[in-house]
Amino acid sequence: MADATRPLPSLSDPDTGPFWQATKEHELRYQVCDDCDEVVFYPRRHCGPCLGSPVSWRTSKGEGEIYSYSVVQLSRHPFFGTKVPYAVALIDLDEGFRMLSNVVGVEDPVAELSVGQRVVVEWEDHDEVAIPLFRPA
Amino acid sequence: MASQSRDAAIVGIYELPERKVDGLSPLQIKAECAAKALADAGLDWSDIDAIYDAQDGGGGLNVAEYFGLHPRVMDTTQVGGSSYEFHAAHARADIAAGRANVALLTYGSTQASSARRTGTEVRAGGGVPDPGANMEAPWGQTLISMYAMAAHRHMHEYGTTSEQLAEIATATRAHAMRNPQAVKAMEDLLFLNIRETTIEDVVTSRMIANPLHLLDCCMVSDGGGAVVIASPEVARGCAKPPVWIIGAGEAMAYQENGGDITTSAGAQSAPIAFGESGVRPDEIDIAMVYDSFTITVLILLEDLGFCAKGEGGAWVEGGRLRWDRAGGPALNTDGGGLSSNHPGMRGIFLLLEAARQLRGESTAQVDGAALAVAHGNGGQLAGRHSGATIVLARD
Ligand SMILES: [Zn+2]
Repeated sequence: MADATRPLPSLSDPDTGPFWQATKEHELRYQVCDDCDEVVFYPRRHCGPCLGSPVSWRTSKGEGEIYSYSVVQLSRHPFFGTKVPYAVALIDLDEGFRMLSNVVGVEDPVAELSVGQRVVVEWEDHDEVAIPLFRPA
Repeated sequence: MASQSRDAAIVGIYELPERKVDGLSPLQIKAECAAKALADAGLDWSDIDAIYDAQDGGGGLNVAEYFGLHPRVMDTTQVGGSSYEFHAAHARADIAAGRANVALLTYGSTQASSARRTGTEVRAGGGVPDPGANMEAPWGQTLISMYAMAAHRHMHEYGTTSEQLAEIATATRAHAMRNPQAVKAMEDLLFLNIRETTIEDVVTSRMIANPLHLLDCCMVSDGGGAVVIASPEVARGCAKPPVWIIGAGEAMAYQENGGDITTSAGAQSAPIAFGESGVRPDEIDIAMVYDSFTITVLILLEDLGFCAKGEGGAWVEGGRLRWDRAGGPALNTDGGGLSSNHPGMRGIFLLLEAARQLRGESTAQVDGAALAVAHGNGGQLAGRHSGATIVLARD
């Protein structure tokens, strides 16, 4: 069996495909409603509160803070099982959207990570997509 | 309580005793439990005119045919583990509106026998992409780590501790040790140290996804059950005293930009249910609260209104949730998902044990139990989830 790899997203999903296509250029994109200026994330075709208003894509600076996190110590997944302990986290980006990711670049995530910690994006390149990860700023 | 309506009652209950089922399919479990719940009520298959089914274990479209029934109401609401509280709410409304007289809810699962690793499986996409899942697939999120993030945030905002979360696990384990079916379940599922636990036991058990330890997590079992809900006219002729549904509320919640993951859908559903019932949380004797994890219970107790948001940690200290303590309510007196059964969707067991308490049939019977709340949580706390609150009263 080949080495297990990180599960990769679909680039053709009608709502979130454009987000992933932009990652190839290391762009972390989000949406803003054309009518109410609300930040929309996860990406979708319309602004929910405005019942269908169009949205426009923006590019994030990739800086934010850990809203919450957990260090996974037991995973049966063929890839992630080899990565334990690893940190999954909800990141609040400065532009106002919240995304799931991993926080990397620390020796001991249990000891070194905390809620509210500042983080910055880094990219893990794959053939057709790059996965945004975060490390302490 | 003058305005309180008593339009529908739980009249028949049955819980499959086994947690490791050899050779039965989920549909067979559903049918066996249904027959026994009907017998408990003193009713027949032919009395059923409404079926509620969470599409689990080959149910849904198939279930009426498998039972050989032609219901007037068919409701296949599937919102995860709280589906059965949604079903109870819908059954009550359908009966109150005159659309049905006798409603049947069933559940059957062989999750343990089929070796599903529910909690530690990575939630990855696959099949038809859905946009939410496509934004979660790459990062190794597990179900437990989602709840763990709710716990970390609760600790950060309110100073909640692992020892406070452990109070929930020790109280339910104490209840489980009184319940022979729960003890047998732990034996059959090869639990180590089947005894009452201490807070020390919980906080020194293996870390699964920090800050949640092994004993903060529910078990994975097989199981099944059935509930029969009937109109007042039918209920008066049943074999056992009716357990009235006096309030119901439903809600959905999900991850939002700037949202608060320490608050669940229960914050929306509970005021609706308590408002309908005309009773206050501090009058409740029995709290059957979905215990996928200790943090789930802590957050839900706050959202149900037993204490203010953020105060749950201090509120559960000192064993107040135990069946034999004043100042209650008594929590999950069957042993809960933590120590009795969690076959994937635990919601039906909340209704079953609440009904047993209000009939005086529990193995951790609270003297004079008159009011109960059953609150189901489905999906993932801290992510997209459902919540439904059912307030119950004895006759
Ligand atoms: Zn808008």
